[in-house]
Amino acid sequence: MTEPKTSSAVEASLTALAVSLRGVTKAYDNGVTALGPFDLTVRKGEFISLLGPSGCGKSTALRIIAGLSAPSSGTVRVARHEGSVQPGHLRPGHGIGFVFQEPTLMPWTSVRENVRLPLRLAGVPKADARARADAALASVGLADFADAYPRELSGGMKMRVSLARALVTDPDILLMDEPFAALDEITRFRLNNDLLVLWRRLGKTVIFVTHSVFESVYLSQRVVVMTARPGRIQADIRVETVEPRGEEFRTSAAYSDYCRRVSAALAPSYSGQSTL
Amino acid sequence: MSAQAPITVRSSGAQRAMRFVLPVIVFAAGLVAWELVVRIKGIPPYVLPAPSVIVLTLIKDWTVLSQSLATTLLTTLEGFLAASVGGIALALVFNQSKWVEYSLFPYAIVLQVTPVIAIAPLLLIYLEQQTAVVVCAFIVAFFPVLSNTTLGLNSVDRNLAGLFQLYGASPPQTLRLLKLPAALPYILGGLRIAGGLSLIGAVVAEIAAGTAGAGSGLAYRIAESGYRLNIPRMFAALLLLSLAGIVIYGVLALVSHLVLRRWHESALGKED
Repeated sequence: MTEPKTSSAVEASLTALAVSLRGVTKAYDNGVTALGPFDLTVRKGEFISLLGPSGCGKSTALRIIAGLSAPSSGTVRVARHEGSVQPGHLRPGHGIGFVFQEPTLMPWTSVRENVRLPLRLAGVPKADARARADAALASVGLADFADAYPRELSGGMKMRVSLARALVTDPDILLMDEPFAALDEITRFRLNNDLLVLWRRLGKTVIFVTHSVFESVYLSQRVVVMTARPGRIQADIRVETVEPRGEEFRTSAAYSDYCRRVSAALAPSYSGQSTL
Repeated sequence: MSAQAPITVRSSGAQRAMRFVLPVIVFAAGLVAWELVVRIKGIPPYVLPAPSVIVLTLIKDWTVLSQSLATTLLTTLEGFLAASVGGIALALVFNQSKWVEYSLFPYAIVLQVTPVIAIAPLLLIYLEQQTAVVVCAFIVAFFPVLSNTTLGLNSVDRNLAGLFQLYGASPPQTLRLLKLPAALPYILGGLRIAGGLSLIGAVVAEIAAGTAGAGSGLAYRIAESGYRLNIPRMFAALLLLSLAGIVIYGVLALVSHLVLRRWHESALGKED
């Protein structure tokens, strides 16, 4: 990307819907309502963050979008392929990549085999799958570690492997559940930058769950602030700045201004939580 | 947040060597004391044979004892294999169906808590002797394999299971690529216990069978030698049984280490 564009110019080309949730709720058997009613619309190629206090149901929302958890009520629509929006019941498929809070790697096998897993489960021939796994590893800067075992890697590297595994099927949508929360700040900043580079290059739709105001503003085009449990949308704040973003954005006045606005929107979500 | 100083004391090479040397010294000292007491007090071999006499008996009776050793080891191996296959297979069935688990698990516990020495005479009535002995070894060794495998299959990482679900893995794929590898350390732990237990089961059954009829295992030799007051041979057979137990444990521990060494905490060194 040679010429910096404003995010609104990027949006102009993004009209198709990637994810749409309407009146989605999630109640557990014990009667606790974790989520909703929750409405969310994400356009193709958009990078949005779900931001909220612990236990507000943002991970639940992500698991519902992924099809790992069924909503108690409401409708979920996820676009699987170019232009097609499949309505109704959600089936697990390959259109979605998921990055968990922990790296969630299989410790008993090599990094390459971990990344190859989604292709293997889909029955992709071994040689082809290996080549794609190696390409995915190269895209996250881990080409030299394909034969290593997960325990031999640092926390940041494991997270990169997890990201490579989510990307290996070339999904349209990437769901990330507080992926960098357990990492130190330096590693986290570097992974933030690498994620933005990957997003710009691959044009995936990204839904990123976090409880860090600073991370959400830095990464996303839209920050969706959620209330305390049961999670609803408190605010939907658009972050518009000169793209591509880099370290200079992190120290800019506009950045701190957005962070202030997002923090202010988040404050009511915490006010009810003074009782420990 | 301050950096924590490592608390673990790293054992130096000398310390590690002492872990092997000290038990050997204790063993040697015990043997010398035993030998001396027997010689100085002039204790007859039919009361307490000296270690040297036991070793000589072992050499002299090697033909008989080695055949008995082979018999006992074969029984142990058969019982162990049956327990391994049966325990793992039943755990897999339990894992697939809660109803089967609820229906059968109590009986697996009953089988475990009933002393095998009390079951052996009954088995000997209904089964052929060789079969009965193997079944005893199986009964004793079966439960740890079953319970450890069950534990392992239930210890699969929730997120990994979610990942398999997300990518539409079939039940056989989930079993082969996720559940069995995740359960492997537990299964190997169960097998390590089962190895020693199947030897115990075989010995118990042989002793029970020994009074009933012809037998040729090591435990039968011990019982037989006892009736004949051939105390040195009793000790020699006991020594062989003990060595067999150590070797079985060592082999299984080695297999476990070789299988897990690249990834599981239990097989990794203390230093990272």
